[in-house]
Amino acid sequence: MEAFAGLGSSVASSSRGVSAVHGSLHAPQGVPSRLDAPQQSQPIFAGKARCPQLLKASCGRSSGRRRSLVVRAEAGLTPPWVTPDARLVLSDGSVWHGNAFGATGTSVGEVVFNTSLTGYQEILTDPSYKGQFVTFTHPHIGNTGINPEDMESEKCHLGGIIVRDLSCVVSNYRSKQSLSDYCASQDVMGIANVDTRAITRRLRDDGCLNGVICNDASISDEELLKKTKEWSIVGQDLVAQVTCHEAYEWKDPTGENWEYRMAIAADNGSTSKEPLHVVAYDFGTKHNILRRLASHGCKITVVPADYPADKVIGLNPDGVFLSNGPGDPSALPYAVDATKSLLGKKPIFGICMGHQILGQAIGGSTFKLKFGHHGGNHPIRHDSTGRIEISAQNHNYAVNPDTFQSGVEVSHVNLNDGTCAGIVVPALQAMGIQYHPEASPGPHDADICFSQFVDMMKAYKSGANPEQVAAQALKKAEAAAEKAPSGVLAEAA
Amino acid sequence: SARQNILAVAAPEKAEEARLQSSSPPPFLAWETGKAITKRTDIKTILLLGAGPIVIGQACEFDYSGTQACKALRAEGYKVILLNSNPATIMTDPGTADRTYIGPMTPESVEDIIKLEKPDAVLPTMGGQTALNLAKTLAEDGTLDKYGCELIGAKLPSINAAEDRNLFRQAMDRIGLKTPPSGIVESMEDAFRVQGEIGKFPLIIRPAFTLGGTGGGIAYNQEEYQEIITAGLQASVTNQVLVEQSLIGWKEFELEVMRDLADNVVIICSIENVDPMGVHTGDSITIAPAQTLTDKEYQRLRDASVAIIREMGVECGGSNVQMAVDPKDGQVMIIEMNPRVSRSSALASKATGFPIAKIAAKLAVGLTLDQIPNDITLKTPASFEPSIDYIVTKIPRFAFEKFPGAKPELTTQMKSVGEAMAIGRTFQQSFQKALRSLETGLSGFSLPKNWKRKSTQQMEYNMRIPSPDRMMVIKQAMTEGYTNEQLFELTNMDPWFLGQFRELHNTEEWMKTKSLGDFSTEELIQIKKRGFSDPQIAMATGSQPMEVMRVRHLKGVIPSMKRVDTCAAEFEAGTPYMYSSYDGECECEPTSNPKVLILGGGPNRIGQGIEFDYCCCHASFALRQAGYETIMLNSNPETVSTDYDTSSRLYFEPLTVEDVLEVIRKERPEGIIVQFGGQTPLNLANGLEKALKENPLPAASGNGNVQIWGTQPADIDRAEDRDLWYDVLTRLDIKQPPGTMVTDEASALKASGQLGYPVMVRPSFVLGGRAMEIVYSDTDLKRYIENAVEVDPERPVLVDKYLDRADELDVDALGDKDGNCTICGIMQHIEQAGVHSGDSACSIPPQTIPESCLETMRDWTKKLAKDLKVVGLINVQFCVQDGQVYIIEANPRASRTVPFVAKAVGHPIAKYASLLMSGKTLPEIGFTEEPMLKLNHVAVKEVVLPFEKFAGADTLLGPEMRSTGEVMGIDTDFSKAYAKAAIAAGQKLPASGNVFISVADMHKEAIVPIAKELEGLGYSLKATGGTAAYLQKQGLKVEPIFKIHEGRPNIEDSLRNGEITMVFLTPSGDAYDVQDGKNLRRLALGLKVPLITTLAEVVPHMAACLRAGRHQFKHCSQRQVKHHSEAQPEGAIFELHWCEQEREAATDRKNRLQG
Repeated sequence: MEAFAGLGSSVASSSRGVSAVHGSLHAPQGVPSRLDAPQQSQPIFAGKARCPQLLKASCGRSSGRRRSLVVRAEAGLTPPWVTPDARLVLSDGSVWHGNAFGATGTSVGEVVFNTSLTGYQEILTDPSYKGQFVTFTHPHIGNTGINPEDMESEKCHLGGIIVRDLSCVVSNYRSKQSLSDYCASQDVMGIANVDTRAITRRLRDDGCLNGVICNDASISDEELLKKTKEWSIVGQDLVAQVTCHEAYEWKDPTGENWEYRMAIAADNGSTSKEPLHVVAYDFGTKHNILRRLASHGCKITVVPADYPADKVIGLNPDGVFLSNGPGDPSALPYAVDATKSLLGKKPIFGICMGHQILGQAIGGSTFKLKFGHHGGNHPIRHDSTGRIEISAQNHNYAVNPDTFQSGVEVSHVNLNDGTCAGIVVPALQAMGIQYHPEASPGPHDADICFSQFVDMMKAYKSGANPEQVAAQALKKAEAAAEKAPSGVLAEAA
Repeated sequence: SARQNILAVAAPEKAEEARLQSSSPPPFLAWETGKAITKRTDIKTILLLGAGPIVIGQACEFDYSGTQACKALRAEGYKVILLNSNPATIMTDPGTADRTYIGPMTPESVEDIIKLEKPDAVLPTMGGQTALNLAKTLAEDGTLDKYGCELIGAKLPSINAAEDRNLFRQAMDRIGLKTPPSGIVESMEDAFRVQGEIGKFPLIIRPAFTLGGTGGGIAYNQEEYQEIITAGLQASVTNQVLVEQSLIGWKEFELEVMRDLADNVVIICSIENVDPMGVHTGDSITIAPAQTLTDKEYQRLRDASVAIIREMGVECGGSNVQMAVDPKDGQVMIIEMNPRVSRSSALASKATGFPIAKIAAKLAVGLTLDQIPNDITLKTPASFEPSIDYIVTKIPRFAFEKFPGAKPELTTQMKSVGEAMAIGRTFQQSFQKALRSLETGLSGFSLPKNWKRKSTQQMEYNMRIPSPDRMMVIKQAMTEGYTNEQLFELTNMDPWFLGQFRELHNTEEWMKTKSLGDFSTEELIQIKKRGFSDPQIAMATGSQPMEVMRVRHLKGVIPSMKRVDTCAAEFEAGTPYMYSSYDGECECEPTSNPKVLILGGGPNRIGQGIEFDYCCCHASFALRQAGYETIMLNSNPETVSTDYDTSSRLYFEPLTVEDVLEVIRKERPEGIIVQFGGQTPLNLANGLEKALKENPLPAASGNGNVQIWGTQPADIDRAEDRDLWYDVLTRLDIKQPPGTMVTDEASALKASGQLGYPVMVRPSFVLGGRAMEIVYSDTDLKRYIENAVEVDPERPVLVDKYLDRADELDVDALGDKDGNCTICGIMQHIEQAGVHSGDSACSIPPQTIPESCLETMRDWTKKLAKDLKVVGLINVQFCVQDGQVYIIEANPRASRTVPFVAKAVGHPIAKYASLLMSGKTLPEIGFTEEPMLKLNHVAVKEVVLPFEKFAGADTLLGPEMRSTGEVMGIDTDFSKAYAKAAIAAGQKLPASGNVFISVADMHKEAIVPIAKELEGLGYSLKATGGTAAYLQKQGLKVEPIFKIHEGRPNIEDSLRNGEITMVFLTPSGDAYDVQDGKNLRRLALGLKVPLITTLAEVVPHMAACLRAGRHQFKHCSQRQVKHHSEAQPEGAIFELHWCEQEREAATDRKNRLQG
């Protein structure tokens, strides 16, 4: 029900002539009551007439605010859907009509898309998405509900959620709650039944757009458009909103049921030895990073984003980890400074935002990508081995390798667009990964990064020369890449 | 190095500057930046093995994969040699491979080809289990080593490990994955032991090394267990079956995995089965991507798949892994893996736009995934995992109605003959589209008007034990108030699916309370978004489909086309691959070029399959070459026609009037081709023409209105409507067998009295021989009228004189707009008239028909073509009895025989036909002489039959078509060509032994010369009482043997003891035959004893072949079959010549094996 139409002149002048493309299909949004007389063929315009009675009478899938999705329309009495009751207005002037779920009201944010086929719960609770609206390109969202195990943080951080079809049924043995109930409890707005593919195409062609979801019919489209233009994510310190307030310990590894198959083979035994102590800066860390570090034998102290470097040194860690986090990496000078003063003193590993902070700390700069990388299928090439990892991605910014000093190696490249996806600074024992080796959601191919970090810390602890450490890490990666298939073939040979 | 690579893109300002300075900055391309190219240069020539004839479990998906592989390897600069016995394939067209051999898929043939062509490598992973088994044999017996030929794509150990259940289980144990508790069984004693170990029924029995699980099944009790074990041990090449604990009710998933030689692994697609475990995945309704898994659960399956492809040593290429997940606690069990492209990978390719076979072929020659561009985005590499923003549903199509006696139940043995796939933005939309794509009379998830409601007991049984119509049974249950909880109890389908079905049901119930005029525009959009077709809306609201469409169009509710782009719109893509939705933004961007829409054949079924897809592809190739933009519309994921680069554009849509019209309205082609896709598009022709007449649409090119090209629907009707047809024949003075149309039993009896038995009876609306029968007596006729068909004035029955022991012939010809007609080929059937032409072997040129009769046929065909204004192809069937020619029927369209004729005579006649339809004439394309007149070889087509998949069905051939595929043999004379075809079809031709003969009285005279010939060839004869006595009287030495009911030892004992090497058993139609005859035929089939159930002219030829077979052929030379193909005059079809010499290769192999 994503019928949308032009919004005055702003759309008429839009580059792709939206109203012309959609007009002929998309009938008026004002859906008259079904008691109305049969309709004539009508011109297309953005009408606002609604039929509140119908809304009340209907009791369908998309009304997340009704607590239970089990209560359904009796067959035959009403159509099994709800009339559009919410709008998504994008800063390019397009208006998308759909159905609200989750919280009610008006919400503004930066609209991005995510092409992952699974893992909406992890995305919802990933602090990196703070303030963003995620358009899920996969059409069915909510199928498996929400379960307590798959949380990436304590709460939902998204500003809004945009889906094609909110599942009318939740089916999973671990599910405890429906998606819309969860969104409602987290005060997050959602809109369903919009053409997510069309929105994605816009974001792809025009870059990230701001958007507003609103289910208050009294606010005009023009006012909503104005809101999108007033709001900006650039320069916002979103990290301050998601970081922890005080340091804490993290010990939980990935649950036995969910342990990464390859990782077990690679690192079995490391947990039994003296654990390595990692101080993890929380810029909005995903729990799974902490779980993966724990699974690889680390004991973790999580510290707030503005934790002073000298206090980190005071904790005497074996390594420092810089987490992922939301927003613009150039808005965090304090974190860059802290990293600078830790560089060379402790092995450092940064993921996503952490990678961008590390990049800045070693003298590079970051820039905003046109529409970012958000998905679970991006190919990454580990440069020295040629090994390919299919990776989970979620970032709008990237570091510019042209701005690095010598001594910085670009270790990983995103094969879709050639952007820098990983760096190593052997002399400083620092490594950064732009994507998400901890997956969740996404493939586990890059889990080896954690063991490389662990090796780096072990070598540091044993007093090895940094260059040797780097050489060892490379050797390990090469071994992983060239690992001859075990089993039948080997036996036969 | 990497740093240099990324400069251009990673520094945006700089790039912007660069763009300003030079208009085209080099884009980042992964394949230009990687490590040194690893492509194999030591390999020059590659032998590709095809899949042979279409059988259940192995259909035209392997033509698709093989064709892609040929194209890909040649594009990489390799010389490709191809062997396939199936002429109806695009891969065997001259021009696809460098050199093509059409011949038996046997180790001997392959060895001969290797000797001649000296390939460096053999690629066995594109031709299904047939090719893999062949490769296994050749690798094990040392042939490949002998000639220095390398197996690429899959090595012997991984082929073995995937197929040998024990090795597979050990491999899974090693990597910590669970497999269902099970045991390997090689004897009945083993079977009891394993049963004891597992401890409880039901048990699943899977034979090793079989196609589509032949001989497997689920045993619920001791008796069934023994039965299935016996069948399974027989079916398995290695006499091995796996018995395992049944996971019935678990969720079933498949992951399509690809790996390259650098050990990079990607998952192309996840597939979820709507039918839970217990139904073969080929028979299951499946969807992509999986819908009911959380990320953690999905990644666990992904990790397992990656580990499996590594552990199994599939060094590169595609594989599929099947897994079961317990819905209660998420426990995972690994079911099996195939180390090759499969039907699922064809589906995954079509579902995602990722060409698995093409990429697999490139990986086999050493390229890595990042060195290959993604065909669709062109900018990103193939080393990624497709993300899709739509749902794909596949629904299999069955043919149980063709096999009376076989239980229509779905088990772990695959029984479907084809499948339809549909793409929709949501599950509901794609599911309903898939249902109507099936062409089984459904217009979506609604009970059809003629639905016979099942009793409660029947309904619940059908939900517990799935049947082909299970979805309609669920729908009926919903109308009867079953809750989803109850439905889950009965079906074990995931509640997510049941919830979706429920919503469809509720929508329909709501629609039923409305009339068409009540719907608002918004409501209509909502209904269409859920995939409801116009006929469904019409049925619910008491309207007519065309009226629904009219109202819809008035309100502007029309579909929007979306593109399949592998990346969920993340990247711009030039893909021409589209599907319809009602989602708003339309992406089809039609051009105003001259273009033509080709309607495909829909899901494969018996009687309509790969042959028609071949024709559609040719039409597309020819017209593209002639300057048209070609648009393909089809719903069959197995085919070459639904490859996105076969045509300029591809619409993956159901073949219904509504869906086709919507595409026409978007694209506005100049022409629509309906005569290449078999019965499916022809059935749409009238509806389309009517709609186009009422609302003419100007063609987008500005050249006139959209119209149907070729023979016009009205003229096609004249050949199909009995009265009109009679008029045509009378006017043209063409003879047909006497016959009449009756509307009740009395008139039927009267008519057959006048005609004299035997008579051929069939319903007047017959298609593909459905319900056609030959009856020999009044009793027989009464039974037919009572049981087989409904007879009333609305549905008359045709009673025709059956021409007993007559020869049947097929003529394919081309006609043009000026009334010219050229005969393409005349085929003589080897079975007697009365066997469906699709089930009959045949020969080009005819062998025993007088020239005068052939002349008559040529003359009549030309007259008919002119009178029916045939533009394009026409197929005419004739019967010759005692020198008199009769016409049986004419089909003014492409027939099943087109690819065979094209390959036999060396002319691309489907291409010619499409050019004729576009307005060219026969003189213009230079095809005015009958090519058969100049042939210096004989081509024979033989069929393969699926009886072994349908326990309980009789194996007789008759007017009802049952074969699934065909093979071709080509040589200098008939008997050699026939023997090749017979070998290719898998028939054993015994060189000696006992031949058992039991024929009906009416056939006794005819069997005498055959028996004499057999005796002369050194066979011993055995026969039952009457036949034995008759033959002895004729001076033959025959040993009598008891019929089953006469005592012991009887013929059954002899058969079981392996004392009989061939059986002649014709049906007499009496009670004895219905009982014992059927059992004997099934037994012979089960024991793989050659079985001949028809007589007439064929048998001496058969015997001649047998005689030839005794001389043990050897391929001693090769010769090119001249093929008139502009595309590639050099690359052509080759025949291997056989000499009557001691078979060197066979002896050689035997020695090697012993050594």
